[in-house]
Amino acid sequence: MNNTSDTAHNEAREPAVLSRSAAETQALVERSLRRRYRAEQRFQAYGMAAVLSGVVFVIFLFGTILLQGISVFQQSYVKLEIFYDPEVIDPTGERDPDVLVTANYQPLVRDALRERFPEVSGRRATRELYRILSSAASLDLQQRVVANPLLIGQRETRWVLVDDNVDMLLKGKVDRDAPEDARRLSDEQVAWIDELEAAGVLKLRFNRSFFSNGDSRDPEQAGVRGALTGSLLTLLITLLLSFPIGVGAAVYLEEFAPRNRLTDIIEVNINNLAAVPSIVFGLLGLAVFIGFFGMPRSAPLVGGLVLTLLTLPTIIIASRAALKAVPPSIREAALGMGASRLQMVGHHVLPLALPGMLTGAIIGMARALGESAPLLMIGMVAFIVDVPQGVMDPSTALPVQVFLWSDLPERGFVERTSGAIIVLLLFLLVMNATAVVLRNKFEKRW
Amino acid sequence: MSSAALPVPQGIKTVGTVTVAEPVFSCRDVNVYYGDKHAIKGVNIDIARKQVLAMIGPSGCGKSTFLRCLNRMNDTILGARVEGQIALEGQDIHEKRQDVVQLRARVGMVFQKPNPFPKSIYENVAYGPRIHGLAADRGELDDIVNSSLRRAGLWEEVKDRLNQPGTSLSGGQQQRLCIARTIAVNPEVILMDEPCSALDPIATARIEDLIDELRESYAICIVTHSMQQAARVSQRTAYFHLGDLVEVGETDKIFTNPRAKLTEDYITGRFG
Repeated sequence: MNNTSDTAHNEAREPAVLSRSAAETQALVERSLRRRYRAEQRFQAYGMAAVLSGVVFVIFLFGTILLQGISVFQQSYVKLEIFYDPEVIDPTGERDPDVLVTANYQPLVRDALRERFPEVSGRRATRELYRILSSAASLDLQQRVVANPLLIGQRETRWVLVDDNVDMLLKGKVDRDAPEDARRLSDEQVAWIDELEAAGVLKLRFNRSFFSNGDSRDPEQAGVRGALTGSLLTLLITLLLSFPIGVGAAVYLEEFAPRNRLTDIIEVNINNLAAVPSIVFGLLGLAVFIGFFGMPRSAPLVGGLVLTLLTLPTIIIASRAALKAVPPSIREAALGMGASRLQMVGHHVLPLALPGMLTGAIIGMARALGESAPLLMIGMVAFIVDVPQGVMDPSTALPVQVFLWSDLPERGFVERTSGAIIVLLLFLLVMNATAVVLRNKFEKRW
Repeated sequence: MSSAALPVPQGIKTVGTVTVAEPVFSCRDVNVYYGDKHAIKGVNIDIARKQVLAMIGPSGCGKSTFLRCLNRMNDTILGARVEGQIALEGQDIHEKRQDVVQLRARVGMVFQKPNPFPKSIYENVAYGPRIHGLAADRGELDDIVNSSLRRAGLWEEVKDRLNQPGTSLSGGQQQRLCIARTIAVNPEVILMDEPCSALDPIATARIEDLIDELRESYAICIVTHSMQQAARVSQRTAYFHLGDLVEVGETDKIFTNPRAKLTEDYITGRFG
């Protein structure tokens, strides 16, 4: 492969590079090849290391949350035989609902517990004994009696909520060997608890109240229902507003708006808005929706509006990218058939862009679900016991609930914090799975 | 409807006869600019009924640009500006009265790359009649779809799978589907922008046969890179060069006896 014939009529002096033999060239190529393969292997190793460390972190994160939070799905209850004493709850005997609601049911539970420990006497000892019970133990009884006044005067066996300290002991989260004054339970109480446990009347059961209760100062009573409902309502408002507005804005900007200075400015600003810290949106919401429009504080409606502002840029940017990705040949085909611009968009471009738009909505909604900072600004951080019944009721949201509980000193709130995170992640998972299913359904239309 | 050709301005450079009797389209002094680029320079040409006009020329000569003027597809291109008179049946298509949607229903277009809608074969053909309200009921729509597919020579191949996606067809079938879609709205003119450049020779031959049949009903303008194709399907040929319309004439004469030097150089393969 020597190019001597070429060099014959080449006037310039031949550089050495051009007169290499085929074997020499091959040797050079081989050397560079080895270098290239080494570089590639090195690069792959870096990549694998990066992925591996990411996976390790994720496993660690989810592992700790699960380990700490999984115990929240069980709660300690004590089985007691309750006597619905009419003397205590309905001294007048009129079965007046108002009286039944306001009556003090705590003595019923206390008496039932004392029946099990007849040997306990003295003011201090009985008080110690009562502290095994949750202060909310009687709520369940109150609800039962109000629902069914015929129970009064009857005996019934119930599983009654115990104090969070007892719960922690049963879950093995309290060090029994620690000196007595370093524990929240005295040796005496521990002995009673052990006795109850040995008798099989004190044990861990499924924690229904975690899913049916709102927030509480007592860890054993606190649940995520309020925060979950608040998040649900907030996200519903966000989705209902941000998806149509975002898609509409994207379609207009991408397909109809003239390209001029004004639309350029709008485009730049939308991109900037996507990067604005979320707390700023919270301040804006506080000033505009609550300050100016006089909407209620702590309401999911306001939360939804603020999160709509937050999600809009994300949805608009993703939707515009999805519209841009629709091949121009489809647009030409539609226009060439005599479709109007709106028909072109509605019949052909939008169906093809919808999966991409849904992806944008998923990302936006996932971000909105996890936001707590803007919600703090509009008062969704308040301590709210009741489960919200509508978008105007005061409420909190799951991430804010996590934030609130993580701040509390009681041991029981540690597992509740992790438990709320698990619920939040599950919520996210369900939401994203729904969106992915929807997207795939639309995508399958060839 | 009949219309006389518009008067031809004095001193045009185009060789050959640009006018025909009773033209469908009459274009006078058409200029197109893409921003600063002068893509079409003062083109005058008439387009006759029931005849195929082939537009040939080297790449970038403006033949596709000119074709896209005829149904105002250049409107969709940012920065494109069209000047001059383009009269369809005597009425300027740039007049305010002329609705662009209606224009495109009268002047159909087939593109270089087959671009069926990502819908079923039936929906592809039914789309035009549907948006223009050409069928009163489902039965009429079925008739239109049926006859359009027949005329496009596609019926026998697809009659059992009208509900399958149009994109599942082969390239040649897709292009015939696009032609069926175009004739379903019963246009007056069909514009074809290199309709066979993405097809194999057999599919190309089928499309060419089809063009020959369609000529009996429609005026057809075809842009092509293949001089053999122009010679086979067209009755009149226009040769474009760098935005100028160099020569127009009967296809037989252009290919056997070109009068302009540039035309001769191109068809004898000296460049292109």
